[in-house]
Amino acid sequence: MRTKHRLPDPCLISFSLIGGLIVGLTVLALLNLAVKELSDIPFLISTASDSDVINAIVVTMGAGLNAVLILLIIGTPLAYVLARTDFRGKGVVESLVDIPIMLPHTIAGILVYLLFMRRGLLGAPLYAAGFTFEDAYPGIVIAMLFVSAPYYINSVREGFEKVPVHLENVARTLGATRFQTFMRVVLPLSVRHIFNGSILAWGRAIGEFAAIIMIAYYPFVISTLIYYTFTTSGIKASSAVAFVMILACFAAFIILRLLTRYTGRYDDRV
Amino acid sequence: MIEAQNITKIYGEMEVLHGVDLSVGEGDIMGIIGPSGSGKSTFLRILDLIEPPDSGDLSLFDVNVVKERDRVVEVRRRMGMLFQKPIVFNTSVYENVALGLKYRHVGKNEIDRSVKELLEEVGLARYLHSNARNLSGGEQQRVSLARVLVTDPEILFLDEPTANLDPKSSKTIERLVTRMNRDRGMTVVMNTHDMLQGQRVAQRIGVMIGGDILQVGSPREIFYAPESTKIANFVGVDNIHDGKVLRREHQITAVEVAGTILYVGESPPEQSDRVKVIFRGEDVTLGIGKTAQTSARNILNGTIAEISDIAPFVHIKVDCGFPVSALVTVRSAEEMDLSEGKPAWVSIKASALHLIAESEESEG
Repeated sequence: MRTKHRLPDPCLISFSLIGGLIVGLTVLALLNLAVKELSDIPFLISTASDSDVINAIVVTMGAGLNAVLILLIIGTPLAYVLARTDFRGKGVVESLVDIPIMLPHTIAGILVYLLFMRRGLLGAPLYAAGFTFEDAYPGIVIAMLFVSAPYYINSVREGFEKVPVHLENVARTLGATRFQTFMRVVLPLSVRHIFNGSILAWGRAIGEFAAIIMIAYYPFVISTLIYYTFTTSGIKASSAVAFVMILACFAAFIILRLLTRYTGRYDDRV
Repeated sequence: MIEAQNITKIYGEMEVLHGVDLSVGEGDIMGIIGPSGSGKSTFLRILDLIEPPDSGDLSLFDVNVVKERDRVVEVRRRMGMLFQKPIVFNTSVYENVALGLKYRHVGKNEIDRSVKELLEEVGLARYLHSNARNLSGGEQQRVSLARVLVTDPEILFLDEPTANLDPKSSKTIERLVTRMNRDRGMTVVMNTHDMLQGQRVAQRIGVMIGGDILQVGSPREIFYAPESTKIANFVGVDNIHDGKVLRREHQITAVEVAGTILYVGESPPEQSDRVKVIFRGEDVTLGIGKTAQTSARNILNGTIAEISDIAPFVHIKVDCGFPVSALVTVRSAEEMDLSEGKPAWVSIKASALHLIAESEESEG
C-alpha cells in the first residue's frame, strides 16, 4: 500500500496543488486571526471568561444539540422511507427536503418567523399553550432545525440505502415485522451514518445566523454576539469572540470525529 | 394452501410478472423452473409476502392477504424462505439460527433446544459458537436453512437454494427439504434453473418464462410433453421439427416431416394439421451398420453431420433428410467410432414423440 502515501502521478500532483489552494485559504485565514489574537493573550482570556461569551456558546451548542435530537426522532423515519420506497411524488418530497439548502438563509428566517411568531400559524396556538418562539430559546432551535434538516436526512438516507435489502428480507422472512427489522437490522448497521449526519447537522445548526436573528435576536447565539460586538465595539472585540468560538468548535469536532472511529459496524454488508 | 391469481408486478416501467396463476396444495413440492430474469424470484417474494403484488389475488392458508393486509405478518410467520445467496448475519451460528424464534418471542430454553437440534440436522453442530461469516458458502447456506426450519414453517419457499453450492451442501439441503416434506408435510415451492434438480425434488413443476407461468404439470409432462416450443426449447428438447398430420390409425398419428413419415403415439392436436414434432435427444437410439431389431416405430437412415462433446454425453446430429439430434454416452460414441460423414441409423419410439399445435406458437 505504499502508493497510497505517494503521489507519483503528475495528474494527482497537479490536482493536489490546485486543491491545496482551498485548504491554504482556510489555513491562512485561521493563522491570520490566530496570530492577531495570540498577540494579546490577556484580552483573549478576558473575552473567553466573559459570561456573555460563555452563555452565547452554551446557548448555540445546546440549541444545536436540541435541533439534532429532534432530527433523530423525526428525520430518521423520513430518511428510511426515502431510502426504501418509490412512490409518486417522491421527487417533490426530495426537493422539499432540500429547499433549506438552496434558500438564502434570510428567507429561511422569514419562513420560520411567519410560522412561529406570536401571531403565526403555529406560533399562535403554541403561544396560547405557553410556548414562545419569538426572542426565545425554542425559536433558535426551530430555526436551526429548519436549516440543518436536509444535511441530516440526506446523510442518514444514504446510510439506510447502503444496508443490503437482502438482510432486511431475511429478517422479514424469519418473521420480523417491518419495525423489528428496522430496529434490529437497519439501525445497527446505520449508526455511523446517523452519527455523521448528526455532526453535519449540528455543525450547520451552530453556524446559523440569518435565520435565527429573524425569530430570536435574543438570547444571543454566538453569531449574533459576534455581529453585535462587531457593530458596537469594533473588529478587535468581535474577532476575539470569534477566535474563542473557533477554539470551542475545534475541540468539539475533534472529539466527535474521534468518537466516530468507534461507532457502528460496516461488516454486515453482503 | 397457495392460490395465486393474475399476479402482476411492475418495477418502474417494466412489468416483471404479467398475470401469473399458481395453485399449490398442502404437502406438495412445487418446482418453478425458468431462465434467469423470468420473474421467478419476484414471484416467490410476493408469495412470501415480502413485497405486495401490483394487482391480482393471493390467498395463503385460506387468508386473502391482498384484502387482509393486517394479517400479513401473522401469515408470513407460518412460512419461511431460503434465498439463492447464503445470507448470514455477522454473529455466531447459534444467534443466526435463533433469530426467527427471537422475533416470535419464544422462551430461551425452547430456543436453545430447537437451535441445537436443527444445527445437528444440518451437520453444523460443531460450529455453534463460530461466527457464521467465517463459514464456507455451502455451510452458510446450511445455517440459513436451519434458521428457516427452526421456525417450523408450514410453507417453505426456496429461491435457487443450491445455485453455486458444493455438491455436498446441495445434497444436504435437498435431502433435508424432501424429508421435511415427507415427515412434517411441509409444503415446498422451489425455484430452480437446474432442471435435474427440478425433476429430482419436485412432484409438480411450473415453467415460468418471461413473467408468465406457461405450463404446470408433472415432471414427465413438462419434459416430455411441453405445450409449446418455447417450453420445449427451455426444457432442453433437442429435436423440434415442422410436420403435417397425414392420418390417424390405431392410437398412432402419422406425421410427415421433410418428406419422411414419423409415427407418433398420441392424437394430433385438434386445431390444425400443421404441427411441431418434438422429441428428446436421449430418446433417440443411434447405431451404425445394419439396423438393429427394435420395436421402435421410427427407424431412419442418414449420415452423421456433426459431433459435439457436452460431457458426460456426446451430441450427434444425423442428417436423415432433416436433422435428428441424439445423445449418446462418451463410451458408446467411442465404441461405435463415430465420425462426421459416416452413415448411421436412428430409431425413436412412437411414444417418445410429442405433437404441439402450430397455432399455439403464435400465442407465445
